[in-house]
Amino acid sequence: MGPVESLKYFIPELIILCGAFGAFLLDFAVRNKRAVGIFSLFVMAAAAFAMKNPAGETLSLFYGFFHLDVFAHWFRIFALIAVSVTLMLAMDYPPLKNRYEGEFYGLFLFMAFALITVAAANNLLMIFLAVEFVSLLSYLLTGFLKHDPKAKEAAVKYLLFGSVCSGIMLYGISLLYGAAGSIELGHVWQTLRSPSMSALGTVGVLCFFAGLGFKISMAPFHMWAPDVYEGAPTPVTAFLTVGPKALGFAVFTRVLITVFSPSFAHWGVVLTALSMLTMTIGNLTAISQTNIKRFFAYSSIAQAGYILMGLAVFSPLGQNAVMIYLFAYLFTNLGAFAVVCLVEGASGKSNISDYAGLSERSPATAFFMTVFLLSLTGIPPLAGFIGKYYVFAAAIEGKAIALAVVAAVNSAVAAYYYFRIIRVMYLVPKAETQPTFGTSPLYPKIVLWLMSAGVVTLGLFPGYFIKLLFG
Amino acid sequence: MTLIPVEHVLIFSLLLFAIGLYGTLTRRNIIGILISIELMLNAANINLVVFAKTTSLSPETGQVFAVFVIAIAAVTVAVGLAIVLALYRSRKTIFADEVHLLKW
Repeated sequence: MGPVESLKYFIPELIILCGAFGAFLLDFAVRNKRAVGIFSLFVMAAAAFAMKNPAGETLSLFYGFFHLDVFAHWFRIFALIAVSVTLMLAMDYPPLKNRYEGEFYGLFLFMAFALITVAAANNLLMIFLAVEFVSLLSYLLTGFLKHDPKAKEAAVKYLLFGSVCSGIMLYGISLLYGAAGSIELGHVWQTLRSPSMSALGTVGVLCFFAGLGFKISMAPFHMWAPDVYEGAPTPVTAFLTVGPKALGFAVFTRVLITVFSPSFAHWGVVLTALSMLTMTIGNLTAISQTNIKRFFAYSSIAQAGYILMGLAVFSPLGQNAVMIYLFAYLFTNLGAFAVVCLVEGASGKSNISDYAGLSERSPATAFFMTVFLLSLTGIPPLAGFIGKYYVFAAAIEGKAIALAVVAAVNSAVAAYYYFRIIRVMYLVPKAETQPTFGTSPLYPKIVLWLMSAGVVTLGLFPGYFIKLLFG
Repeated sequence: MTLIPVEHVLIFSLLLFAIGLYGTLTRRNIIGILISIELMLNAANINLVVFAKTTSLSPETGQVFAVFVIAIAAVTVAVGLAIVLALYRSRKTIFADEVHLLKW
């Protein structure tokens, strides 16, 4: 399809792009920066309404640079939810209340644009550009707080790790291009099957996956995650645990959709090993954490390990499992971070010890946190259970019994440290010095209700949700 | 006119990439690390251009890709230097090993 015909399928992207520039302009005009935030939320809603499910067919936009299919459609919805929730959390986050607040919303709209183009990107150039776009915005947003030395340090670490990994990824892409003579994903995988190109191609694929592994915080490339998540402003952390990770998985899935043949089974072994390593490292290090943001960083590394299980088995069930798990993880993690934002807003700190006696100080918040932590553990009838159920089913169907056993042991370890937070909230008495909760601000409360509604409905009516996703 | 054999160019770009990677791992100065990253991106650029000449089905693809990469490299430097400047303002250092507030 040529560019002019494609435009009518590209309306959500255009709305967000115009909205982003509009937000920057509005930032000059209004004094109350919250108006910019509300404007951004309306832009997101407009984009969501403009999205149409292509229902079964694959539209090839802009001469094949984008493939709009059901997978891309649901991933775009995912990105919109993640960005909207982050905007809502940011609107009541005290450290952001300064004259740069409007820019923050504008940058997040660009982030939304970058994320929804990733899902549909179907050649190496587009994938590289979209991934870089998201990365650069993430570096900036991580260091957004002006007078916070921790945020600056996190931004520098993120920048250096991220740029090195993009460099490696780009080198891999250039080798793949050389091996295949084309940047179309379909062509690339076809040539990889021929033995004459396999050496060059294998090195290329390894480098390419190293770059993606960085995005999803896969084990050898996870070092940046805890530091960045701790240093970044809390709403940004909430977004980073979900957005770029989902982006990495979207590209992974998009790449592996085109593979699907037994000749790539040896990649499955590599992915299985990495999946085991990722979840084990994440879980074991999470046990000893004292800062709640760092704690969730390690927990999110472990979750990435579980999601990788779905990819490691190379089956359609595995791919569906990735999608379902990502949605369950989206609702659960954003909800948990809404609680972190609320507690940080009230006490100004984010240590686990600040959660002592939360059940007395703010029973509703403690209850919501418990729901989200139980969902992360994978207790029925919550969303996390459905996600875990699917990845385990995929692993067992793919005869990856060892992987399933390791994941089960890991889930038990994870239950220990998630319950530790619940114990602190309910059983440890509050310290005298701890501030009481005033009335909670509006937007994080809305987020709490919406996300917990998502977690519970997804857990109670998975059939409906899965029918919606896969038709 | 004799063309340079493709292997030679590949070895050259691999060396450039290795120098860049070595630089990122050993440099203390963050600006130095950023320059090393540029070397890695340029190694990939050389690959893209040489493959556009030899194996590609449509030669312009690789060249256009290289132009995009040059633009991305410029953006990375802009963002990178801005962040390093902000770091210097708050911490008065640009040495990677002196940036260690965040630890497990």
